[in-house]
Amino acid sequence: MIQIAVASGKGGTGKTSILSSFASFANAVLADCDVDAPNLHLILRPEIKKEIPYEGMEVAEIDEEKCIKCGECEKACRFNAIKNLVIIKERCEGCGVCQLVCPVNAIEMRKRITGFVNVANSRFGGFAYGLLLAGEEASGKLVNQVRKKALEIAEGEEKNIILIDSPAGIGCPVIASIGNTNLVIVVTEPTTSAIHDMKRLIEMAKHFKVRTFVVINKYDINKEMVEEIEEFCLNEGIKIVGKIPFDKKFTEAMVNGKSVVEYDEKLAELMKRIWNEIENELR
Amino acid sequence: MIVAVASGKGGTGKTTVATNLAIANSATIYDCDVEEPNANIFIKAELKKLEDVFLMNPQFDLNKCTFCKECAEFCRYNAIAILPSDILFFKELCSGCGGCKIVCKYDAIEEGKRKIGEIYHGKNGIEIYQGLLNIGEARATPVISQLKKRIGNELSILDAPPGNGCPTIEVLNDSDFVILVTEPTPFGLHDLKIAIEIVKKLGIDFGVVINRDGIGDEGIEKFCSREGIEILMKIPYSKEIATLYSKSIPFVDKMSEWRKKFVELMEIIK
Repeated sequence: MIQIAVASGKGGTGKTSILSSFASFANAVLADCDVDAPNLHLILRPEIKKEIPYEGMEVAEIDEEKCIKCGECEKACRFNAIKNLVIIKERCEGCGVCQLVCPVNAIEMRKRITGFVNVANSRFGGFAYGLLLAGEEASGKLVNQVRKKALEIAEGEEKNIILIDSPAGIGCPVIASIGNTNLVIVVTEPTTSAIHDMKRLIEMAKHFKVRTFVVINKYDINKEMVEEIEEFCLNEGIKIVGKIPFDKKFTEAMVNGKSVVEYDEKLAELMKRIWNEIENELR
Repeated sequence: MIVAVASGKGGTGKTTVATNLAIANSATIYDCDVEEPNANIFIKAELKKLEDVFLMNPQFDLNKCTFCKECAEFCRYNAIAILPSDILFFKELCSGCGGCKIVCKYDAIEEGKRKIGEIYHGKNGIEIYQGLLNIGEARATPVISQLKKRIGNELSILDAPPGNGCPTIEVLNDSDFVILVTEPTPFGLHDLKIAIEIVKKLGIDFGVVINRDGIGDEGIEKFCSREGIEILMKIPYSKEIATLYSKSIPFVDKMSEWRKKFVELMEIIK
């Protein structure tokens, strides 16, 4: 199984638009791991087959009748999730220390449904995507569930590629999205911010020993910055597999619920060339 | 007053709004996107490290340990695995809750500190504080919460990370107002709706700024007018603004009419 994550560090560089283009050719299973802001389903408009509830971390609950107001729980909580003997749910990490230190067993850890993993069909192939309920946490764990489902779909459909849409950043859900993949495609732009974020993501991928390729999106907005990216990639031994021009057709395709491949022939050709380049390298 | 700038979807222009708003109103900016901090690319202050951010981690004394597994069974993050005569500790999974030390009956666990990030400060016209998560570390929230301890009584602008996960919630908590920056596309609208749900749950006043106005569709404006949500500002898609951005120049520094608009924006919020 070849697992490829499309990631970026900085948000809004075009991960989902590019991934949906590759999906048009790749005969792959797709996984949207950007569980707290998923967008790929807006392009794929999938037919949901199964909606699997996801149990996140437990949350502490104080039984006021049993509570003797000793304050031990508040003292022991490292996350400042208890204030004046009230649990602040958004802060609770579900560690269970408060329950452990309570002398009168007044605290219970409650299981909760904090999101869903959707198993679906799309015109490009099987599709798994996560959706974290608003304000919930532990998205890294949900990402793992989405990837597990994508793997099951791929085995069922006898496909050997999984394309993963990663969230922005370099923290917990990103580590979960790119860990144990065969390749990370880093989508960047020729802007100072995007280059800064790309470098941190590449270092992170190195830390987890995952191979990286770079795609430069909107390469024609600043030629000098493109040279900076090229020089960096040359020094790091990272292959640049594609350069995509700034084109309003990407946004237009999105507005129409399509991948750009389905929307514009010229861009379809370009995206096909980039995907072939990636496939050749993987062989 | 604390004003947080968030978005749901990444790359909509949070840092653009936060830095221009801070410059126009001589506010202090706190870059809370500790995974990928970008505000200082525009402020260009010389940053000095103020302090390190640590997470508490268990250290096991194998001479005292009886391998009873109580700590591993307690740990809800699966950060400890007990072998017949050894212990595996997965530091990336540990939350630093300290529960393992409490459950250990044999006094075999001590806690040590592990550095996971840094806090910086600088000044160039306005003051900037920045958190930075070490590469390879998963937990951004402890860095954000330590950074937020620096907030004083002055007007403070918080630049939030993208997404609607725990780091964003940590930033929004205790803010007086949230500016949600979005772009007029289906992706922008989808993620804006999630962000609004969170801000409402937290009970914080908010308004919307539409960036790159004109590039997509009418979805955001229709949604906001239907829901009675105030659109605080529209920043048009303009080549001049995009070029200044790519050169990391805050556009209020070159376009004085926008400086005025960001001052007015703050008036509305107050």
